[in-house]
Amino acid sequence: MSGADVAIVDSGGANIASLQYALDRLGVGSTLTGDPRTIESASHVILPGVGAAAEAMRRLSQSGLSKVIADLRQPVLGICLGMQLFARFSEEERTECLGIVPDSAEKLRPSPQAPVPNIGWCRVRQSATHKLFAGIDCGSYFYFVHSYAIGCGEHTLATADHATPFTAVLAYKNFFASQFHPERSAAAGAKFLSNFLRISS
Amino acid sequence: MQFREHRIVGDILELAEKYSRSGADEIVFYDITASPDGRTVDRTWVNKVAALLDIPFCVAGGIRSVADAEEILGHGADKISVNSPALENPALISELARRFGSQCVILGVDSRMVGESWQVYQYAGDENRITSTSRATLEWIAEAQQRGVGEIVLNCMNRDGVRNGYDIDQLATAKNSCDVPLIASGGAGVMQDFEEVFNVADVSGALAASVFHDHSFSIPDLKQYLHMADIEVRL
Repeated sequence: MSGADVAIVDSGGANIASLQYALDRLGVGSTLTGDPRTIESASHVILPGVGAAAEAMRRLSQSGLSKVIADLRQPVLGICLGMQLFARFSEEERTECLGIVPDSAEKLRPSPQAPVPNIGWCRVRQSATHKLFAGIDCGSYFYFVHSYAIGCGEHTLATADHATPFTAVLAYKNFFASQFHPERSAAAGAKFLSNFLRISS
Repeated sequence: MQFREHRIVGDILELAEKYSRSGADEIVFYDITASPDGRTVDRTWVNKVAALLDIPFCVAGGIRSVADAEEILGHGADKISVNSPALENPALISELARRFGSQCVILGVDSRMVGESWQVYQYAGDENRITSTSRATLEWIAEAQQRGVGEIVLNCMNRDGVRNGYDIDQLATAKNSCDVPLIASGGAGVMQDFEEVFNVADVSGALAASVFHDHSFSIPDLKQYLHMADIEVRL
């Protein structure tokens, strides 16, 4: 992974430090930036996000980054809200998103067995082999914190269950995304992040 | 022990690393004297903890404003937990949820039976200032959810530190009025207490401190025990 030069897109979310620390632990430098040129020239781009979809999209659109992100050719990883922003649409405040994948993010429905938000460690099951999961057992636990999720579709690479299955990881061309937080998912999460950083353009 | 005579349990970084390595699923850092003293949680350590931990962690103690929360989350905490300041100003919950999303806003509730019903207590971190409030626990839990809280940690004070088991009655009743995850706190003494609180009260998580600080049993032993009892845990 030496030589990886990671740009973390600054979408105004508050919780970026934990991602930067996770990359530090992997020995990878990263830059938190809203500058289009820095993002375009990075080897890998991560779109994080904690907060609300509408607010994040408003910031990305105002700064012109929504088009920059959609046009990227290097590996891009969306995390949590970042993943939902890859969708065409989010039910959260009925927000038009980046439309990188045709799916939409829908509100999780609470039940006594499955409270919302879904907060905690869930098993992630791969539906296909993929280099993102190299060295990670099928059914490994990852840490989730979310109220919305993308349903299972043709770009779904792995699923998790919250009463019903949803997309835990998706892959489409150079775009990858996880609904879980790899930076807070112990050893499995660190492996997932390092696998992403090994993917080359 | 209950909420009196707080003990210093060692360097927090050392403990945090030890617990995360031994399989803790989340760590909560309580500065329980912050609110009674009118000061905010000291944040210099939050960065260090965030750099060290690869599991989620939550910071609680004297968070009185969106700006306080922003600073703590910006230093790398995953969640913030509010208790006494939310009792003084319930709108704080709504403001935090709107700004950061429900998922990182946790409500801590200190509660015990008074007469026939469970009542909320304030400033439970200071034996000289602890006060009962006029709020019924179940009503406060309902209001907090309407205001957008993402998770509730219910600390059953009559059980805290006495290790006689979680307050199953109170937790099961609270669980019935919770659409968000409910975390049990107060009373864990033996491994069977955890099995009971998951099976009978059906909580989403169980918090414990003194049994781990005192090495009554280890987190791996507890998880193995729960796994054998058919309770889903991350091993």
